[in-house]
Amino acid sequence: MGKSLFEKVWEAHAVRRLSNGQTQLLIGTHLIHEVTSPQAFGMLRDLGLTVKFPHRTFATVDHIVPTDQRQEPFSDPLADGMIKELRRNAQEFGITYFDLASGRQGIVHVVGPEQGITQPGTTIACGDSHTATHGAFGAIAFGIGTTQVRDVLATQTMALSKLKVRRIEVSGSLRPGVYAKDVILHIIKKLGANGGIGYAYEYGGDVFDKMSMEERMTVCNMSIEGGARCGYVNPDEKTYAYLKGRPYSPKDTAWDEAVERWKGFASDPDCTYDDHVVFRAEDIAPSVTWGISPDQGAFIDENIPTFVGLDAAATASLKEALEYMKLAPGTPVKGIPVDVCFIGSCTNGRLSDFREVAAHIRGTKVAPGVKAIAVPGSQIVDQLCRNEGIDQVFTDAGWEWREAGCSMCLAMNPDKLIGDQLCASSSNRNFKGRQGSPTGRTILMSPVMVAAAAIEGKVADAREVFDLALV
Amino acid sequence: MLPPITQVSGRAVHVPGNDIDTDRIIPARFMKCVTFEGLGEYAFYDVRFEQDGTPKPHPVNAPERAGASILISGMNFGCGSSREHAPQALYRHGFRAVVAGSFAEIFFGNCTTLAMPCVTLAEADLAKLAAAVDADPSLEVTVDVQAKEVRYGKMVLSADIPDTAHAALVNGRWDPIGELLEGASNVDQTASRLPYLTNA
Repeated sequence: MGKSLFEKVWEAHAVRRLSNGQTQLLIGTHLIHEVTSPQAFGMLRDLGLTVKFPHRTFATVDHIVPTDQRQEPFSDPLADGMIKELRRNAQEFGITYFDLASGRQGIVHVVGPEQGITQPGTTIACGDSHTATHGAFGAIAFGIGTTQVRDVLATQTMALSKLKVRRIEVSGSLRPGVYAKDVILHIIKKLGANGGIGYAYEYGGDVFDKMSMEERMTVCNMSIEGGARCGYVNPDEKTYAYLKGRPYSPKDTAWDEAVERWKGFASDPDCTYDDHVVFRAEDIAPSVTWGISPDQGAFIDENIPTFVGLDAAATASLKEALEYMKLAPGTPVKGIPVDVCFIGSCTNGRLSDFREVAAHIRGTKVAPGVKAIAVPGSQIVDQLCRNEGIDQVFTDAGWEWREAGCSMCLAMNPDKLIGDQLCASSSNRNFKGRQGSPTGRTILMSPVMVAAAAIEGKVADAREVFDLALV
Repeated sequence: MLPPITQVSGRAVHVPGNDIDTDRIIPARFMKCVTFEGLGEYAFYDVRFEQDGTPKPHPVNAPERAGASILISGMNFGCGSSREHAPQALYRHGFRAVVAGSFAEIFFGNCTTLAMPCVTLAEADLAKLAAAVDADPSLEVTVDVQAKEVRYGKMVLSADIPDTAHAALVNGRWDPIGELLEGASNVDQTASRLPYLTNA
């Protein structure tokens, strides 16, 4: 009987069984950032403990950094205190830290892969729920809380219950204008925001085989929005090609050995899964959300649901969402006016995202009254975009080109919505207040759809705006 | 050993709704801190207060609910961000147990390590409990972790909690750090078999 990648990685990292029946699982790579680590270092000090494997711990600063004015001290004293605290902790415990001056700072889930820290067959933890992003490389990557950050710092392990594995296959070929973001939004819509509780998601089949590493990262990134704590794609030649030559990738003979080892972690063809779901790529169209949970979504040519036939709970849920979003039941999603457009985040802030948008926005202009910001996911993404003149394409089209950080995904830095502004966003969450204003509204979509919304000043079908269907 | 958590009793407050996310439990701007102290007052902040600080009609704000120690909500409670600031805010606000239809996993684990049990009820039972709590602010509710029950008045509802969390709470091992540290030599053995750890 074959085994899935999840089982193989779990077995290779299982240290022992704990008294409550959980597994003490070795975490090979620990990524930390400024928001969820300071309290963990505080606990470490209170307990008189130290960092067990500082050479396997990597830090960067992303959530609180401003993306326009970066001079320190930051204008927000709280944010300034947090970056100083991270610097102090990294130095005291001997942890590699990609600081603002390193040229390698960025969103933790962009930095790990681009440095080659993220590798197949490994376990990764980070005090951030989007850690599943690293599963794109065939790693098992967990988002954890701060007490668990303490556990991993002190012991390089954590207490975990084994997950079940659901294989999610998307067969066939995506139609023009349909992107990785549309695929994951579709999966979440179909399986629900809580559908993945208790599962790791294994993404497989034609569509994921054909995707680039960056597209796979977009998909794995949003596993948590479907309730799954981790998601992964089996490693293949694309994975190895991406990693070759990166700063932390194995070198010389160690590289060949590593690739052989990595290949062995891929799920065996005869392995069994706890659940198996199949979607057809041809059924997926450009997607947007209309509510306050990532599973409240629709295709661009569909309408917002109506109350017809809903039970009491579903009625209450739809009513709450539409009241917050100030949208009417049964009306088209296309045409909803937007105030702000945001391209960036750990979901869609990589080179290929900006490259794809740049290919379409030459000669266009952001609609009057719309604020549009493009925020590279890392300083390296920023540099690569600049090398290709992509930043200029964006600024010529009326976008602000910013410096690397989480920016408007989550409202811990100066990039925030004001009042009930509505944002077309390439990020991952449309929760109430997520983008910084308690009444701010978010519509999630792919970067190309955000660009179409920016030009039209309203939610639009990128296939029509950019003639994508004719490609 | 830590204090065993076998049961929690107290008055309850019902925050209705499914998919209540951790951004709603603690808005991100309150996470600009390097300790968890003081987070209690910001629990559910943006749904409890207007932007000028005026209280809104929210169940947690109701004067007759002051001092409630048991929180009741719907499905997929605590979804979204892994921020431990969310359970920390609830705990520091005074909650000692959460009863819901289901829980998001990271939130559930964070609560357990804080010794704040999360138990689930079947949909019909959850509705019954919520209605009883809504009707009577003085109602005394018991979350019996040991017996896997939620009780109030003469009602006894069968509750669920995963065996691992149940064992951790009732055996006073809800903070795993001691046991994880005890395994240090086993950790080194496992690490020695993984080339990516030893080659570094």
